[in-house]
Amino acid sequence: MEAVDGNAIGGLLHEVLGTEMTDAATVCGGCGAARQVAELAVYLRAPGTVVRCRSCDSILMVFVKIHDTTCVDLLGLAALG
Amino acid sequence: MSPVSRGFHRRRQDPAENAGRVPPGQYVTKDFPVLSAGPTPHTALSQWTFSIGRRGQQKTWSWAEFRALPTQDVTVDIHCVTKWSKLDTAWQGVSVDTLLELAGHDGPFAMAHCDGGYTTNVPVADLTGGKAWVAYAYDGQPLAAEHGGPARLLVPHLYFWKSAKWVRSLELRDTNDPGFWENYGYHIYGDPWREQRYAGD
Amino acid sequence: MAGTALRRRLSWQVAKVRAETVETASVRTLTLDVPDWPGHQAGQHLDIRLTDEDGYVAERSYSIASAPGEPVAITVERLDDGEVSPYLTDELRAGDDLELRGPIGGYFVWEPENGGPLLLLAGGSGIVPLRSILRHRERTGSTVPVRLLYSSRTLNDVIYRAEFDQPASGVEVIHTLTRSQPPGWPGYARRVDAALLAEVAWPAAAMPLAYVCGPTSFVEVLSQALVQSGYPPERVKTERFGATGGT
Repeated sequence: MEAVDGNAIGGLLHEVLGTEMTDAATVCGGCGAARQVAELAVYLRAPGTVVRCRSCDSILMVFVKIHDTTCVDLLGLAALG
Repeated sequence: MSPVSRGFHRRRQDPAENAGRVPPGQYVTKDFPVLSAGPTPHTALSQWTFSIGRRGQQKTWSWAEFRALPTQDVTVDIHCVTKWSKLDTAWQGVSVDTLLELAGHDGPFAMAHCDGGYTTNVPVADLTGGKAWVAYAYDGQPLAAEHGGPARLLVPHLYFWKSAKWVRSLELRDTNDPGFWENYGYHIYGDPWREQRYAGD
Repeated sequence: MAGTALRRRLSWQVAKVRAETVETASVRTLTLDVPDWPGHQAGQHLDIRLTDEDGYVAERSYSIASAPGEPVAITVERLDDGEVSPYLTDELRAGDDLELRGPIGGYFVWEPENGGPLLLLAGGSGIVPLRSILRHRERTGSTVPVRLLYSSRTLNDVIYRAEFDQPASGVEVIHTLTRSQPPGWPGYARRVDAALLAEVAWPAAAMPLAYVCGPTSFVEVLSQALVQSGYPPERVKTERFGATGGT
């Protein structure tokens, strides 16, 4: 299954973090790679949305919609914003 | 609830045909959707092994050894937590009963470990008694990588996230530790007939 | 003004379909009346949300096809096994409601002050946000030179064909038709590869700005080729639509 990129979660990120995020800077907690959100690998077709580092495949963000609440895990990021 | 979109409906099959076979909240599809949380692993068969048992005491088979084990053809219905169900799917694989017997091991719980890092937990009672397989063929063909090939776990009576793709080992444990999706809020057990999608359901 | 638009709350709202335009056999452009639209930037997208009578919800993202200042429009390609696209292209009609939120996106956007020369690479329906950029360029009177390389299966699959047959001044449109070509077709007749790209792209020394949009594999191959040819990575903007461009 091919990944899309962070452009595809622009709406989701704006909804959970309150602002436009596709051009925000990120640093991977696994390998230190620096990329804008739009350039991260995004897997939409899963029980949740999984965002990975394009260099090392480490998981950076996970979003799961549980009933009406979106649960957000950003622990894989070393930095965001 | 959001306003209803005139004329929009999800794909569904005539319910009368499938009465009793479709768990609550599911719809039947003729497709076989590919869902993944990461890139598709590609493990060469020459490198592939499958192991079962407690950590440090596992029995391991190479691909050739694994394919020499007794196999079964099974046709089962599968149910994904994202709400699609697919009926009468045909698989070929080795029963987990066979693997546990050959390993000579026991334990109340199992954690499936997979290429790419995916994990999921299943009670051993749900892997035995003819309820689970390590499947390497689907619809008469070798299992495609995007669907979990070379081999995946097949546990059709639970939501399909428990049927871990690219499975490499079943680690027997004394505790029911949560796997990948269970950690992110999905149900620890996942019975589609009780609609156990999320923790607390 | 753009800054204000980016910082406002992003809420779902109900728009009305104003009109539907047939672009190709499987592609439609929907022009929308959006009551609370703050304006948008070229390259941005919006999310749409469909709800059925049982409460089942499907959400998808679509690039905005129109330029800032024009009525909001999206262009949708019908995918035969899609859940959402056939509804948008075949069922929805003028006067129907459509729930959406937007505009979204602060990365894959272009304003005239971003400069150029511009290299726009479109794979299939990846043309949509690039067309917004081209229309914005024309409406603002920008003279930034543009080369658009647009890959389609056949000539009948080319979206906005009439516009590209008469491009604005300073815009060069290069088509490649990958599946079949009309008799006597003088243009490219294969998938874009590094060699084709090298013939078309501005040289790196010109300090171009590139926007690459289409299926994931198209974007991966071409963005890497551009960087390898000397384009700084920060001057290659990418938007991946997935293997089939969404459903």
